Amino acid sequence: MSLLEVKNLRVTFDTETGPVQAVRGVSFSLGHERLGIVGESGSGKTMTGRAVLRLIRPPGRVDADVMTFDGQDLLNATEREMRALRGKRIGMVMQDPKYSLNPVMTVGRQLTEGLRLRDKLGRADATAKAIAALDAVQIRDPARVMEAYPHELSGGMGQRVMIAMMLIPEPDLLIADEPTSALDVTVQAEVLSILDGLVRDRGMGLIFISHDLRLVARFCDRVLVMHKGVVVEEVAAANLLEAKHPYTRGLLNCLPRIGGPRGPLPGLDRSGAWATEGAP
Amino acid sequence: MTALPAPPPRSRLLPFLGQIALGIGTLAITLLGLLLITFIIARVVPTDPVLSIVGERATEAQMEAIRVKLGLDLPLWQQFFIYVRDALQGDLGTSIRTGQSVTAEIARYFPATLELATLGTIFGTLVGVPAGVLAATRPGSIADQIVRVVGLMGYSMPVFWLGLIGLLVFYGKLDWVSGPGRLDPTYDMMMQFTLTSYTGMILIDAALNGAWDVFANAISHIILPAGLLGYVSMAYISRMTRSFMMNELGQEYITTARVKGMPEWRVIWVHAMKNVLVPLITVIALSYAYLLEGSVLTETIFAWPGLGSYITDALFAADMPAVLGGTVVVGVVFVTLNMASDILYRLVDPRARA
Ligand SMILES: Nc1ncnc2c1ncn2[C@@H]1O[C@H](COP(=O)(O)OP(=O)(O)O)[C@@H](O)[C@H]1O
Ligand SMILES: [Mg+2]
Repeated sequence: MSLLEVKNLRVTFDTETGPVQAVRGVSFSLGHERLGIVGESGSGKTMTGRAVLRLIRPPGRVDADVMTFDGQDLLNATEREMRALRGKRIGMVMQDPKYSLNPVMTVGRQLTEGLRLRDKLGRADATAKAIAALDAVQIRDPARVMEAYPHELSGGMGQRVMIAMMLIPEPDLLIADEPTSALDVTVQAEVLSILDGLVRDRGMGLIFISHDLRLVARFCDRVLVMHKGVVVEEVAAANLLEAKHPYTRGLLNCLPRIGGPRGPLPGLDRSGAWATEGAP
Repeated sequence: MTALPAPPPRSRLLPFLGQIALGIGTLAITLLGLLLITFIIARVVPTDPVLSIVGERATEAQMEAIRVKLGLDLPLWQQFFIYVRDALQGDLGTSIRTGQSVTAEIARYFPATLELATLGTIFGTLVGVPAGVLAATRPGSIADQIVRVVGLMGYSMPVFWLGLIGLLVFYGKLDWVSGPGRLDPTYDMMMQFTLTSYTGMILIDAALNGAWDVFANAISHIILPAGLLGYVSMAYISRMTRSFMMNELGQEYITTARVKGMPEWRVIWVHAMKNVLVPLITVIALSYAYLLEGSVLTETIFAWPGLGSYITDALFAADMPAVLGGTVVVGVVFVTLNMASDILYRLVDPRARA
């Protein structure tokens, strides 16, 4: 049975100028495997990931025909049931540790709060587990990092802390939303290989979100290509070069560079019907 | 593995103490400036201190003797030096009206203001912060509307009007509270003649003496003016809390806390609140300072013998030493509060400690 089953997912924002559809009918299913989601900025990747955790705040709303995790219906789950899933069974690493870590709490408190509050561990046990988790993301001086505040860490260190924090409860599924896009090019590869190693070792499912198609192909088994809120193509990473959709081919050809200009990709042929379909 | 970032400072205490020392230095300079200003005002204002002591019919020799006694024959810089030296020793001069030491008089009046403003700030914070949080977590809801309208009324209605209405309703009609003043006359006598005064704040002194009947009477007197000041403070604090909280709840670290499965109370009251506190401390300190300095109208309506009344009365009597002494105290209060909020701010925000 698949771990995550999503059919016809829609995320809508009710704005003053009418509803904006950020995700328009996305379907996929995922086992203990690694699924990539690619697409240019604004194509609805982040909203898809957050919808799975039901973390879209008003004015946004989520509908779907089916959204189940390990057989459990996520659409009709109570907030309490969702909280039991979040963290414990589904984790998420966000883009920029500068914003995703609480600036006024020490790394140690942020790492141990789940263990202490949810798992009711004592201080010493929780600290030991947190230090082990920092070890696992190859932080050399974990005891000192535990005492540090986020602003005292570099981006790469911050993102490792974030990964450690999300992996402590050993979730079945990890959503990594552009986990290296905000990092210096020099540390991106390291952080990715740490993430990759841990996910592989623990055999968890991974949804890897990125705007970099080649990167995604390296880390994933399958790739969903999103454009304007819909999946335009789904390909096995191995067969990426045989992708047929003009948008996918465009993404492949123009090699988007991390940190380069955002917005429409240069050289992308948008003359096909897919480019305008569903546009407001 | 990459190189680790620069290590966080070994001790967070040392730079912190350095900043406190710096703060005290700033405080000293600010106070010196304040004394210079009051000194200049005292020399410029056309009330002759000698004349007001000896009266119109004094002889030239008598006047000269007083002048020498007051040190007015010395060069100005020397007079300023003496003024600062005396002020540092707690001597703010002699009141022209009463012939008593200004310091001793202020020591009697100021605790009344301190007691009232402190209680008002406690009310304002205890009600304003939860109200602001409630409004921020349910924007647009009925609760949000109520907090907004109640706050708006606190902003826009004149304090003296609210005070008079309050007295009319709760004292005059309902008789739930006592009227103007800090105590009923009987309890006032008790306070003065049988109880030991430790702080000049009746609630604290009565409690320390175990005189609970005096305490209860003091409560029934202070509750209305403190509630009024608390309302004004609540209006400000709730509005600021709402906006700070809305801002924090939109931050990404809040999503992280939710992703970790933290319950909503913890997301709001721990993760967001710790960040809201950083700017909120300044807001509460400002509101406290405002109540300490600006409660003249309230003190007048409620016949509250506080610093505001003292300075106002002195002003009408052209009692310059008393006015300036009071001004110096207000300045000291303001600067001290500023520094205290600065220290607290650094305590809650690790980024400000670096
Ligand atoms: N609060 C919001 N109000 C209206 N539209 C929103 C809001 N948040 C996101 N969107 C819409 O959702 C779309 C998809 O966003 P997102 O999932 O973050 O894209 P991606 O992660 O692929 O860059 C955006 O193009 C934007 O129009
Ligand atoms: Mg995104």
